Amino acid sequence: MIQAHSSRADLGAGGFVLGLGVLALWQAAVVPASPLYGQVGPSFVPYLVAVLMLCLGIGLCISALRGGWSHTLEEMQDPQPTNWKALGLLFAGLLANLALIDWLGFVIAATVQYVLVAAAFGSRKLLRDLLVGAVVCLAAFMMFDRLLGVNIGAGILEGVL
Amino acid sequence: MDSFNNLVGGFAHALSFANLGWAILGCFLGTAVGVLPGIGPALTIALLLPITFQVSATGAFILFCGIFYGAMYGGSTTSILLNTPGESGSIITALEGAKMARSGRAGPALATSAIGSFIAGTIGTLGITFIGPFIVEYALMLGPAEYFCLMVLCFVTVSAVLGGSALRGLTSLAFGLMLGLVGIDLQSGQPRLTFGVPEVLDGVNVVLVAVGLFAVGETLFLAWRHVEGKQEIQPVGSIMLSKADWKRSFWPWIRGAGLGFPFGVMPAGGTEMPTMLSYYAERKLVKPEFAQEFGTTGAIEGVAGPEAANNAAAAGVLVPMLTLGLPTSATAAIMLSAFQSYGIQPGPMLFVQQADLVWTLIASLFIANVMLVVLNLPLVGLWVQILKVPTPQLYAGILVFATIGTYGISNSVVDLVLLYGIGIIAMFMRRFDFPTAPVVIGMILGPMAEQNMRQALVISQGDWTTFLTRPISATLLAIALLALVGPKLWGWVGRRREAVRPAA
Repeated sequence: MIQAHSSRADLGAGGFVLGLGVLALWQAAVVPASPLYGQVGPSFVPYLVAVLMLCLGIGLCISALRGGWSHTLEEMQDPQPTNWKALGLLFAGLLANLALIDWLGFVIAATVQYVLVAAAFGSRKLLRDLLVGAVVCLAAFMMFDRLLGVNIGAGILEGVL
Repeated sequence: MDSFNNLVGGFAHALSFANLGWAILGCFLGTAVGVLPGIGPALTIALLLPITFQVSATGAFILFCGIFYGAMYGGSTTSILLNTPGESGSIITALEGAKMARSGRAGPALATSAIGSFIAGTIGTLGITFIGPFIVEYALMLGPAEYFCLMVLCFVTVSAVLGGSALRGLTSLAFGLMLGLVGIDLQSGQPRLTFGVPEVLDGVNVVLVAVGLFAVGETLFLAWRHVEGKQEIQPVGSIMLSKADWKRSFWPWIRGAGLGFPFGVMPAGGTEMPTMLSYYAERKLVKPEFAQEFGTTGAIEGVAGPEAANNAAAAGVLVPMLTLGLPTSATAAIMLSAFQSYGIQPGPMLFVQQADLVWTLIASLFIANVMLVVLNLPLVGLWVQILKVPTPQLYAGILVFATIGTYGISNSVVDLVLLYGIGIIAMFMRRFDFPTAPVVIGMILGPMAEQNMRQALVISQGDWTTFLTRPISATLLAIALLALVGPKLWGWVGRRREAVRPAA
């Protein structure tokens, strides 16, 4: 029973690889023909990689149908149940960052993300995380924006920082 | 003798105030990221790539190599005190090292791994000094056809030979090759694999991919089955090695270095294989009176050997990177992209055109080794403090740096969406045991391989047999084929024999 289940998961992985192969094949087909003369056109290697990907996807699917490989992995011997709370909070953090960063700037968006990610991994001290997060994000901002010379949008803190 | 003179010149440059500063900073950062589980040298160097716009190539590479070497030192500390490997090269160290720590011998375990790392790192760096120029002489004779075949061999060894399964390794490689194809083809000016998204016409950024794979993917995977709880850090105690410890460690150090360096030099890369071999060798060769310590109270030989092996292998990886421009580990691949951002083409011409840079770099590797043994032994208490950073703060912090490193590329949310997408793929890659290093290697080496292939075909006027009629390229392709199908064939022949025997 367990074996059958894990092979279904492996079949999903194989199917995903097949899907990537199909995507690559489609993208190789839409490469415009080069007007320049060349021994090997720009679409040759994309086709090659697409075919390789498709072959590997087929290989993985065959392997999955024969029982899969997940049950041989040490980490999957006695796996913990999926921690939906942790995953949920983590994704909430990533999405919050995505939504806020252009508008409020890196420091604020990343601080919100910091608090949510820390909560995902079980931290319960909201206020402390907020403070530590703000300090870490400000330090990261200073390091990249000032020291490394990378332009990072400061958002509404522009002018203050 | 030439190497020796060049090296002396290199030391003169490396001992300058600024270069020593870069080396210290690199060693410090490297040890820190080595100690911290969840981040490694590849991620750190990727995040620091913007530095290439600010400082000279020499300074940046001294920094990067310091990080690379330092992570090898720091990884062992985590393995020993926490029983969680800080780096993939220290997985084996955790076996005996953590057992020694539990029986109150954490100090000697840390000492033998730091001193072993120093000895092996020095032997490995000597190897670079004297073997590097030798390889360069031959490499200068290689044309595009040979280079292409060498890269094919590299692809096969990093993805199919190492790791759990050739099928999954090659899939990771193909994914990397796909990412490398995204953007405008340099020869024809045509957009490829862009899905009509204008933001990716310049290609997918290597920082984004490395951060997605190593930081976001790792964090997501950990959260997936996260169980709250505190990890127990073993106390360090005295780090002095007794006379018996020295005696028991010495030959494992030397043997580990001897195993590790050639493995690093070969385009198979990686530190897992030599550390494993060293562990089994020491287990076999241990004096009978200490044999029962293996797997029970922890044998010092089982720490000394693998730790020496992983540092020597790390040094070895720099040989194909500097002499041929072939990266055989994720970290080396990212360093290669740093060379490209300086407009320097790594490969045999590097030793000719950038001799100062190369020899200063090699000299600073010797210096870094000395710094690292000092940083890691007397200052071990500092790294224990770093280990105490709680998991929530650690991963929240890692994601802050992942975000800024990616957002900094072009202040575009599209990059962040791509980052998270690659992170989710990486999470499933971890779950289904697909290796991540071949993705980075394929992404960086793929476009170079394509360029060489096209050049070779232009030279041969479209004749594909050029890859088979030139002796060196044909040999390289034959080795690649053998590495790919050899193990399968071997297993098949073995099964046939077994099937035949009972019948006879």
